[in-house]
Amino acid sequence: MTVVHSAPRFASNEGVKDALSTALGDMLVEAHEEHGEILFTVKRERIEDALRLLRDEHQYQQLMEIAGVDYPQRAERFEVVYMLLSVTKNHRVMVKVTASEKTPVPTVTTLWPNAGWLEREVFDLYGVLFDGNTDLRRILTDYGFEGHPFRKDFPLTGYIELRYSEEEKRVVYEPVDLPQDLRQFDFMSPWEGANYVLPGDEKAEVPPVAEVKTTEKKSETGAGEKTNDKAAEKVAPAERSSGSVAGQGDANPAPVDTGKDEPGAPAPTEDRPDRKPRKETARDTSGATEPEENGED
Amino acid sequence: MAGLVQESSPTTDGEVISNYTINFGPQHPAAHGVLRMVMELDGEIIERIDPHVGLLHRGTEKLIEHKTYLQALPYFDRLDYCSPLCMEHSYVLAIEKLLNLEVPIRAQYLRVLFAELTRISNHMLNIGSHVMDVGAMTPNLWVFELREDCMNFFERASGARMHSAWFRPGGVHQDVPLKLLTDIGDWVDTRLPELFGDAMSLVIDNRIFKQRNVDIAVVSKEDALRWGFSGPLIRAAGIPWDLRKSQPYDVYDRMDFEIPVGTNSDCYDRVMVRVKEVYESAKIIKQCLAEMPEGPIASDDGKVSPPRRGEMKQSMEALIHHFKLYTEGFHVPAGEVYVATESPKGEFGVYLVSDGSNKPYRCKIRPTAFSHLQAIDFMAKGHMLPDATAILGAIDVVFGESDR
Repeated sequence: MTVVHSAPRFASNEGVKDALSTALGDMLVEAHEEHGEILFTVKRERIEDALRLLRDEHQYQQLMEIAGVDYPQRAERFEVVYMLLSVTKNHRVMVKVTASEKTPVPTVTTLWPNAGWLEREVFDLYGVLFDGNTDLRRILTDYGFEGHPFRKDFPLTGYIELRYSEEEKRVVYEPVDLPQDLRQFDFMSPWEGANYVLPGDEKAEVPPVAEVKTTEKKSETGAGEKTNDKAAEKVAPAERSSGSVAGQGDANPAPVDTGKDEPGAPAPTEDRPDRKPRKETARDTSGATEPEENGED
Repeated sequence: MAGLVQESSPTTDGEVISNYTINFGPQHPAAHGVLRMVMELDGEIIERIDPHVGLLHRGTEKLIEHKTYLQALPYFDRLDYCSPLCMEHSYVLAIEKLLNLEVPIRAQYLRVLFAELTRISNHMLNIGSHVMDVGAMTPNLWVFELREDCMNFFERASGARMHSAWFRPGGVHQDVPLKLLTDIGDWVDTRLPELFGDAMSLVIDNRIFKQRNVDIAVVSKEDALRWGFSGPLIRAAGIPWDLRKSQPYDVYDRMDFEIPVGTNSDCYDRVMVRVKEVYESAKIIKQCLAEMPEGPIASDDGKVSPPRRGEMKQSMEALIHHFKLYTEGFHVPAGEVYVATESPKGEFGVYLVSDGSNKPYRCKIRPTAFSHLQAIDFMAKGHMLPDATAILGAIDVVFGESDR
């Protein structure tokens, strides 16, 4: 494929892949060249040896970056990618290893001191452990943060939000409470392999339910004893009906004495002080809507 | 503590004074953002620095994974907010590399022109605030006028002063009016050299400025390589390494410019490299203005760059392209690339992993300041407390970029 893009042009890749593959020998798992980038996958436990070889024998003097990538569907879900730069050969290569949450990657701080923070970042954001890094603290996330936010299964909104509380005069941490669900807009064409339910298609295909929900006990229904009693209660005594439809109760049922007090007015607050009781009844509205003349308002 | 001999000081009547620890920042005007440095001091001598970064971490890379390629572009303006267009440059080049997309020559010139304007505006901010950190007030006010001019140019080109979002995959968003180009030409010929020359005449031979910067934080060539230095810091260390020259992108290979290199690798050299770079950028801008051809400013590939408004009124295909681009976006072939450009601060890289869909699978941003800031512990060791501000200023750190 002829190169027509105008991205940075470094020294030719020709023959580099084969030469370095031979040099890496049994450390190499796979060598890959695509889009003008050379990528070596090496064995995880040999990464330090591999990078030392590239640095000392093949003039890749600088470690520019370490990137973590998460592929949750793989057995070893993380990739750690090392970007190497040779300032004498004017060439770049990438070297990567795979890792899981439990398999630590040997540190390369022994080769490049700036690997320290780069490894800390991958640890912080992905939870990849680096064996031998003596200072593997979190770096980008907040003090006391839990979890590894750049994993694909970590929600974009996170779990904790913080705000300044005027009452407590400090920053408080609270669980995330969104007034509206985070919306993900994706306009992939359905005939091109979008694998989500289109609006209106929700019932077209019922997804298999992993755990069928059953209601076996009364406590699982969500209805308590009191609700059942309330449901059995009659709205109004049907026998005293004067309504037009027989058996449906009165439109204006006679008061039933429940034995409880009627709910009173809400308790006064600072913004809404207590008002004097109205003199008139509710039916006589003209006087009732106006508070008393010599009231506090 | 059996084997330790207690060191007694002649000035404290045998009483031992232990080191003490102070917080530099997070709210400190010389920290250039929200940087907290836990410093261990022996008197006024810095023994150890533990920089705490991440106070401005906004999860940009995670957000980008949830956006289409085009929607993710404005996030790059907000990384290094002192040189927004150079941030976009790496990203659009990474996309173009995956797509193997040809960019029209005029668009390449425009990008180089505005990247260099951005470099000038970034260096104005850095040099100005650096001299202010070490005690000078006036030059900062003068170079900020130049920065303001640059902002006005960005506004006239893109409509936004800072967050331009003007570089697009396949070219630039809009063409610039001819008057803007002539104005930039006039500015580079007259106002920039006058005002910048005046401001620098106050600084570069100034006794106080030299006392605060010469021989501060000397870094050897070997250390500069080992610590992953790039940009003005590696050039100040005497290594003529500039990605614009060694790994040219866009039309930098057509440009004739010099790479200033330092000799002592101290803070003074770092500032002087930036001062020289401003003049070199001006040279590049003049060449761009002289050589820029007429022509399209965005790729003619309708699957990537939007059609013109007029076309949309006439052509059904253009209308469909427009609709698909601004809803679904474009798909990028699967693969991974690491593209680094020379931002004003150094190597700014984007590691882009695509799974063939319309959203990046992973977009790792290589901030320039991360490696530089990490080295501040060994750079500042043994220096006085006030030197920390000079070292920090000469690193040119911006936390939007460093913390992402």
